[in-house]
Amino acid sequence: MTEAAREAAEARNPFERSLGESNLFPLMSESISVFQMNLGRVCNLSCRHCHVGAGPGRTEAMDASIVDECLRVIKRQRYPTLDITGGAPEMNANYRRLVETASSFGINIKTRTNLTILTKDGYTDLPEFFARNRVEVVASLPYFSSETTDRQRGGGVFASSIEALRALNSVGYGVEGSGLKLFLVYNPCGAFLPPPEKSIEADFRRELKKRHGVSFTGLFTITNMPVGRFLEFLNVSGNFIGYMERLKSSYNPEAAVNVMCRNTISVAWDGSLYDCDFNQMLGLKCGGPPDHIRDFDHERLSVRRIVTGAHCYGCTAGAGSSCAGAVAR
Amino acid sequence: METYYNPEDLKKFSTISEGAPHLWKKFSEWYGAVFAEGALTEREKALIALAVAHAVQCPYCIDAYTQACLEKGSNKDQMTEAVHVAAAIKGGAALVHGVQMKNAADKVGM
Repeated sequence: MTEAAREAAEARNPFERSLGESNLFPLMSESISVFQMNLGRVCNLSCRHCHVGAGPGRTEAMDASIVDECLRVIKRQRYPTLDITGGAPEMNANYRRLVETASSFGINIKTRTNLTILTKDGYTDLPEFFARNRVEVVASLPYFSSETTDRQRGGGVFASSIEALRALNSVGYGVEGSGLKLFLVYNPCGAFLPPPEKSIEADFRRELKKRHGVSFTGLFTITNMPVGRFLEFLNVSGNFIGYMERLKSSYNPEAAVNVMCRNTISVAWDGSLYDCDFNQMLGLKCGGPPDHIRDFDHERLSVRRIVTGAHCYGCTAGAGSSCAGAVAR
Repeated sequence: METYYNPEDLKKFSTISEGAPHLWKKFSEWYGAVFAEGALTEREKALIALAVAHAVQCPYCIDAYTQACLEKGSNKDQMTEAVHVAAAIKGGAALVHGVQMKNAADKVGM
């Protein structure tokens, strides 16, 4: 290594040094197979770990013109997967039109839900709406007990989530043979890494069936990212240094190869483009290519350099983490 | 305030290799093998370790295996029951030695 190269390496952030040691620096995108839209920060819940900082008091919401721009891009590029998130995306005024239009393109649509919104007035017909449009449902449920779930997401959330899961099961979601997929998302209730995905999935399957008669297709584990409210929790509770050391010491090169940002583009409520939802919350826009949906350039975005920081250790720790769960063994 | 136990010292565990690196190497390899998935799962082994940590009252081990149990998928109810198992054995061990007390008392008594 030349002196100049050594100096450049030392100037990198620690995550970039880890990437360099795995021959992955600079981290580049490989393609775009997931088009993720964050419809905004409005939500009926204010979860303690939320990296978005979403809640009922937020007003940021994707408007019709940005939704139209996104639909134009999706229609033109025919990306295999549209991943819709928030906040509670269902609360966006353009949500149903987005789903119905994208559904007509014949692509796979994933909608992320906090479940509880499906029990509120004006939203209880959504399970049928999802089924009609063959939408894949990805539902947050941090644990199979009310104590842990409510501690993270608020009082009464677990009971409401079970009510929503039953409604989804009743239209066929998570029921074998229906073709309607219902995935649950586990995240740790605190400053520790998630357990092995298959192991905790077996616990959820057994306990939710036994205690509540609920079934589901599969479960994803997601690592809490040191961003947003979870970062506030880490700082206030004195866990920040220990958690970051845990993430860093658990760096897994196999997970780094498979990080989701390498095949995802993330669109914010205002149309700005990011490598992932976490960079979105940190205000780290795509570097290099045009960074707004109005100027979307598939060719350049497909081979862009990913913007990274210390928070990226959250996606490469242990079995790794992505919006679709673990990415390595 | 200075104390005999400092959480930062846990990170220095491997410095005990200084002076006898060959023994540390053997210990590390054996330790890793012990906690790997086998006839027992990694989750079960972490729960056993947590219970033993309480029995031997090692604050480093309690810290490390609380984290390990959570990361292997155990919850606080299960971990609390594991600690009760350790406590029951410790308590039972003390109590069962009462038989020796009785034997000794009977021997010297009239």
